[in-house]
Amino acid sequence: MNFQLLQQISSTNALLSSAVDQSIIEAVNLNVYYGNFLAVIDINIKIEKQKITALIGPSGCGKTTVLRAFNRMNDLIPIARTTGEVLFLGQNIYAEDVDPVEVRKRIGMVFQKPNPFPKSIYENIAWGARINGFRGTKSDLDDLVEQSLRDAALWEEVKDKLDQSGLSLSGGQQQRLCIARTIAIKPDIILMDEPCSALDPISTLKIEELMRDLSRNYTIIIVTHNMQQAARVSDFTAFLTLTEDRAGKLMEYGSTSQVFTNPKEKVTEDYITGRFG
Amino acid sequence: MTIHENYPGTEDRSRFTEDIRRFEFQTNLPLRHRIGIIWRLVLLVSVIAGIIALSVLLISIINDSFGYAAIEYKVHPSSLSLNGRPLNELSCSEIVLLLEDHLTANRLRQLESENPFSTRSLEDCHETAIFEISKPKAVVTWSLFYSLKYSRELKIYVAQKYPDADLVFQNWLNSDFIRSPQSSDPLRTGILTAIMGSIYVIGIVIVVAFPVGIAAAIYLEEYSSRSFLHKIIQTNINNLAGVPSIIYGMLGLALFVRALEPLTSGAIFGLSDSTTANGRTILSAGLTLALLVLPVIIINAQEAIRAVPNSLRQASYGMGATKWQTVWHHVLPNAIPGILTGTILSVSRAFGETAPLVVVGASTYITFNPESIFSKFTTIPIQIYQWTARPQDVYKNIAAAAIIVLLVLLLTLNATAIILRNRLSRRLI
Repeated sequence: MNFQLLQQISSTNALLSSAVDQSIIEAVNLNVYYGNFLAVIDINIKIEKQKITALIGPSGCGKTTVLRAFNRMNDLIPIARTTGEVLFLGQNIYAEDVDPVEVRKRIGMVFQKPNPFPKSIYENIAWGARINGFRGTKSDLDDLVEQSLRDAALWEEVKDKLDQSGLSLSGGQQQRLCIARTIAIKPDIILMDEPCSALDPISTLKIEELMRDLSRNYTIIIVTHNMQQAARVSDFTAFLTLTEDRAGKLMEYGSTSQVFTNPKEKVTEDYITGRFG
Repeated sequence: MTIHENYPGTEDRSRFTEDIRRFEFQTNLPLRHRIGIIWRLVLLVSVIAGIIALSVLLISIINDSFGYAAIEYKVHPSSLSLNGRPLNELSCSEIVLLLEDHLTANRLRQLESENPFSTRSLEDCHETAIFEISKPKAVVTWSLFYSLKYSRELKIYVAQKYPDADLVFQNWLNSDFIRSPQSSDPLRTGILTAIMGSIYVIGIVIVVAFPVGIAAAIYLEEYSSRSFLHKIIQTNINNLAGVPSIIYGMLGLALFVRALEPLTSGAIFGLSDSTTANGRTILSAGLTLALLVLPVIIINAQEAIRAVPNSLRQASYGMGATKWQTVWHHVLPNAIPGILTGTILSVSRAFGETAPLVVVGASTYITFNPESIFSKFTTIPIQIYQWTARPQDVYKNIAAAAIIVLLVLLLTLNATAIILRNRLSRRLI
């Protein structure tokens, strides 16, 4: 691990020490099944408010499944079944009287591949606001679009072509547009599923900077394959691995500096030093 | 330290490369190219065969739509005159006097009631006089090719064999043919009744089958769980798409013409009249054809909906959209070009469908245009079928002209739909 990385980690550490224990979302005994296959087993994790939490682990260990469990996206897979609880601000989002649509409005999601709607840049952002019952005039909506694009560090690049298709942008811009449309509906948590895996290094850097900015106002949970990325941007890191039955389980969870410099588990150390996975 | 110790697993890989080196390759390049060329030729021949078949069809239709006809008159139009003035100098009111000389009072009253002479154009009066008094009749007709090649011989032949007949170059697809309703006189008959019938019927097919088909497809793709029942329904729809159209005709006869007669004859709306009774109406025909194309529309729409990338749905749900918002704002707009492609094909099929309409009860002979969906009807394919079944030579040419009308209408319909589809898909990019 290089010196720069360590420096970054120690700076995040300083942030951490000032933080009080504020959990916004918490998984309790979470199991997700795909049909009869147990994909993740007994996940217990508390996510801190306005922090970036990275989920890392080898391929197929259920990182994305856990992430999608946080806003009930797994419900969209017909064979998926979830047991256990996910407590969002103390309330179980899997309780019977909870509407998954409401959950997803409060807990937004950015996907692995940039997937802007085949609509104009403006519409990409305004649509989410509109369907979620945005009350306001046309100029309010204009302001919301501008603010969201500014927050996503995209405004300067697209302000003159808001009526062009979102698909006309570059991959990195598309991903920032996806982030912009997510923050336009003012979620509490943003889930990011390998948001940089389809992007070039410069776009990746921009998104990472953006994540750091956003973490002032939002809680971010990010799945990443890139350990440098986890070390660079996250405050907390959760390491998942596979059991013998190929179910994903949470191996280690702690502040990023602790997990990367002083892992408690041998498997974690093996993974982050690149000995397996 | 060797490289293998640093990177576990690489020792296996190097062994694999050595193994590979032991194999010899016989590239066989000329043979592979030859096979490629043969297949390319096979594909090309298939295309050419298709083009030839289509060309033969088109040429034979055009060949029959134009050509010489020997026309005999009871009284030659040139000999028609009133007070020494020939027919083409007479005014409409004078022609009425001429008609009074030649026709029975009964026939004259009939003509007057069809369309009063005071309101008829001069051209119309002229035509009426020629058809009523001269009674032209096409005794023999020739195809376009024959007419062009043997025009001189034909003139001599007709002069000898039919001394009273005129040899006229007939354009069977003339504007009168398109504008006139059906008539028992082959020289006066027209396709307008059938065109109107076809348009009405297709209108009903589109209005019924398009929304129902899309709705069913959306439900099956987006809402229905993949249960046993879903599989049964899906299998049935797939099979129904292959059921022969005449079976649908039987269904239409039993269901729309017989069982739902009060509805399809318009009786429950108080519109029933004696001539359109017993449900053999445009509505019955349209509903029958709608049932016929429904499975195809559903299957095509399902394919189109399935082709919408899942990432779009995920993006929509991830923003807190409900299922319906996702379907309405993202799935449907992205699927609609594909859905329209399927619909265009299905509606074209319905447009040319004959068999089920014969069963449902298309009229063999009606001379008035349909006025509402509760009218009796005939359609262009039915009309073509009936004309080709007549023994007289001249109907062959009329049928050919009707086929051209059918093809032109089909092309117009498809072109409109394709332009619409292209505009819709351009909007999305």
